[in-house]
Amino acid sequence: MMPDEDARTTPLDAPPDTTTEMPQPDEGAAEATPKGGSPRELAASPDRKPPPAEATAPGISLRDINAYYGDNHAIKGVSLEYAPNQVTAMIGPSGCGKSTLVRCINRMHEEIPGAHAEGSIMLDDLDINAKDVDVVAVRRAIGMVFQKPNPFPTMSIFDNVAAGLKLAGMRGVDVRERVERSLIGAGLWEEVKDRLSEPGVGLSGGQQQRLCIARTIAVEPDVILMDEPCSALDPIATLRIEDLIQDLKERYTIVIVTHNMQQAARVADTTAFMLLGELVEHAPTEKIFSNPGDTRTEEYVTGKFG
Amino acid sequence: MEAGSLTSRATVRGGRSIHERSPRSRAIDPLLKWFLSGLAALILVLIAFFFIRLFIEAKPAFDKFGYIGFVFDNSWVPSQQLYGALPLVVGTIITSAIALLLGVPVAIATALYITELAPNRVKAPLTVTVELLAAVPSVVYGLWGIAVLAPKLQPAEQWFSDTFSFLPLVGGQVSIPNYFIAGLILAIMIIPIVSAISREVMSTVPGDHKEAALALGATRWEMIKIAVLPYSRAGISGAAMLGLGRAIGETIAVTIVIGNAADIGSTIFSQGYTLAAVIANEFGEAASDPIHRAALIAAGLVLFVLTLIVNAIARYYVNRASRPASVPKGMAG
Amino acid sequence: MSAVAQRSLRPVGPRRRRSDAIARGVVLAFTIVAIVPLVAILYWLVKEGLGAWSKSFFTTDPTGRFLGDPGGIRSAILGTIEMVALASIIAVPAGVGVALYLVEYGKLSRFANTVRYFVDVMTGVPSVVFGLFVYIVLVVTKVAGTFAAWKGAVALALLMLPVVIRSAEVVLNLVPNSLREAALALGAPRWKVIFRIVLPTALPGIVTGSLLAVARAAGETAPLLFTAAFVLGSSADLSQRMNSLPLQIFNDVGQAQDRLVQRAWGAALTLVVLVLLLTLIARLIQRRSKLSP
Repeated sequence: MMPDEDARTTPLDAPPDTTTEMPQPDEGAAEATPKGGSPRELAASPDRKPPPAEATAPGISLRDINAYYGDNHAIKGVSLEYAPNQVTAMIGPSGCGKSTLVRCINRMHEEIPGAHAEGSIMLDDLDINAKDVDVVAVRRAIGMVFQKPNPFPTMSIFDNVAAGLKLAGMRGVDVRERVERSLIGAGLWEEVKDRLSEPGVGLSGGQQQRLCIARTIAVEPDVILMDEPCSALDPIATLRIEDLIQDLKERYTIVIVTHNMQQAARVADTTAFMLLGELVEHAPTEKIFSNPGDTRTEEYVTGKFG
Repeated sequence: MEAGSLTSRATVRGGRSIHERSPRSRAIDPLLKWFLSGLAALILVLIAFFFIRLFIEAKPAFDKFGYIGFVFDNSWVPSQQLYGALPLVVGTIITSAIALLLGVPVAIATALYITELAPNRVKAPLTVTVELLAAVPSVVYGLWGIAVLAPKLQPAEQWFSDTFSFLPLVGGQVSIPNYFIAGLILAIMIIPIVSAISREVMSTVPGDHKEAALALGATRWEMIKIAVLPYSRAGISGAAMLGLGRAIGETIAVTIVIGNAADIGSTIFSQGYTLAAVIANEFGEAASDPIHRAALIAAGLVLFVLTLIVNAIARYYVNRASRPASVPKGMAG
Repeated sequence: MSAVAQRSLRPVGPRRRRSDAIARGVVLAFTIVAIVPLVAILYWLVKEGLGAWSKSFFTTDPTGRFLGDPGGIRSAILGTIEMVALASIIAVPAGVGVALYLVEYGKLSRFANTVRYFVDVMTGVPSVVFGLFVYIVLVVTKVAGTFAAWKGAVALALLMLPVVIRSAEVVLNLVPNSLREAALALGAPRWKVIFRIVLPTALPGIVTGSLLAVARAAGETAPLLFTAAFVLGSSADLSQRMNSLPLQIFNDVGQAQDRLVQRAWGAALTLVVLVLLLTLIARLIQRRSKLSP
């Protein structure tokens, strides 16, 4: 078993018409890496799975979100719909607010001293940004995977996955069964099933991130937020996670923040482009990359800035 | 897209609906926050209480002798109910001055050696060794000082006193316990802390400054003179002040080796007394005499205020030096 | 810098080379001077103290007799252990609690910064002043008797408190924020984040800091002088006077009898061994921990 290496992904944000990596042949070859090509080509590619026919997860509706860091108005009046069981990518240049917006969804933004967010966040028919809603309960329904894998260092692989159950205080759950199911769902079971008691931090970067994903889905949220989940991983690990996302959308609504346009084109059903705290455009991925409605979007996806 | 109630679906899938957490478990967070804030506030209350109680108990002595009188009268004679603390203050100053004069250069030298000159393998063991000096309890320093150091140094002290008797504060008979031995022991005791802080400061000197000097062809020592020392000046001053604070407050080691004579000795080799030593030494007898007790507590108060001032100055200097302040993490609660 | 630049255009002359060598020699010499006392103290401790060690030294109490058998130091050892243990029970949880407040809740608020400042102030207070304070507040007022071991423990706890708070704060700050975020995002209430994630991760560092504080408290004399005072016998009664190693040494130091002075050396060696052991264990734990400051 070749360990994934912890290198950063090679920058695939190339200007158009530059093909980077050759797609690897499928049969019996070394580990595959994500398909290269321009975002436009990738967006049109049929590799992406269609969303399931019947919705099994709720959608999220953001209505007029304004978020602040102290006096700094970071998110300006954003309204956006995340359709159920779809993968939505949030793209935009550094500092455009995509991470901030996503952190508002699971109410993590307000954990920063001096930060607050206004507006409605509708999880189906419930406004989870309302004052009387229990923040802790919201986070059990909306999970988050972070940029840098962060397994708990004092815990084994098994305990890491079970951590969500213990921390969220879920009782009456068959822990072993849930851990196994989550590890299978995260595509990590085969690799770790014989060493569940080993420390979680002993895994490679890509495995650690899948462990964090297993930990997140163990509490069975409705929605999974991913904040640049692959940017600290090598291409092989990245592909595995991108494939995993395609599987996960069967059961969850997924929002993924990414600075990598090719990644957005590969995995997302719809893509939202943000700039300077505002939502510029939100459309099906093919349209964003081939025929964007706004000039700013076009300039960004063709690499004129960002 | 499925319409219908999210709450019911969230209940079925996650096991908990969005609104649901028992009131008891929701109460734990605010309770914990208030409890811990209370603990922290207790620190402030404690220190204020400290100061106030010390002052109240010391007041009888200040009332009888006046604030200035207490500190500056040169007559500490418990048998006659006279409590002018000048001999104590002078003794504190003399011993601390000797401690700084002898200890700070040595501490700076060790810090310099460890950060700039020592071979890599030696750095860690050397650091640990210097820090071990701090682990020795002060009563053990006192024991060693009076049983070993003072008798052994007496011939040398006598020779020095005879040879350099023209110098002020030198000359005459050398007593075994004296200001100098106390100062010397204090010097040894402050080396670890002055060295540790100086080391920290010196290790933050930007590599570019040092490399620039070396690239110009400076010798190692010249590089230290040009790049390391000027940059570290503020921090080293702070370190020295912290050492001073430590020297002023040291009680047990001093009282064992200074002779506990409530006069202003004529030379550095005479017996003497300090503010801290008098408290430890006379507390037994003072138990029955309220004025004596008040006087000792007043001495303690003066000591306290002195160390507060010195440490505040030290902190100012150390913060001015580029010592990375500990920036708290954790998230709002 | 121009003076240096001018000088450096010429090759390094013998004069510069010599002053470099002299300066480095002086620095090295001073460094050795710093270590000499440590070596000397350890040498004398072993030389004079080892001779005092015997079975009866550790198993009998001091008799207080000047002629005849002076006895051993059993009560001193027991007393130190009892009082330091009590002081730790008070100071470590309280100190970690305040550190938790500073790192997890207060952060950079004005109140938190004020608390930090005063904790800093506390570290500079001479230990005799702590003893005085407890004397005034607890002994003079005759709260549950006059001198008592538990009052001595309180004075020691006051001494340990700022040390524990400072070191615990450093360690808690070293816990990566990403762990807190991960736990919060899973839907953990803040108190669970603290007790299930932050504290377990920080535990080795907190233990190290506490052990160092304990080592410091074990060696202190002044705070005990007028709180626990001095007594010859062993007891487990914390409401009465209690002996301790530093006090026993202090008492024996000035005595004329050689045997008593030797007992002081023996007790000093015992105390130093105890302190060094604690320090060593603390450093070992620190080295094995994943977070090192």
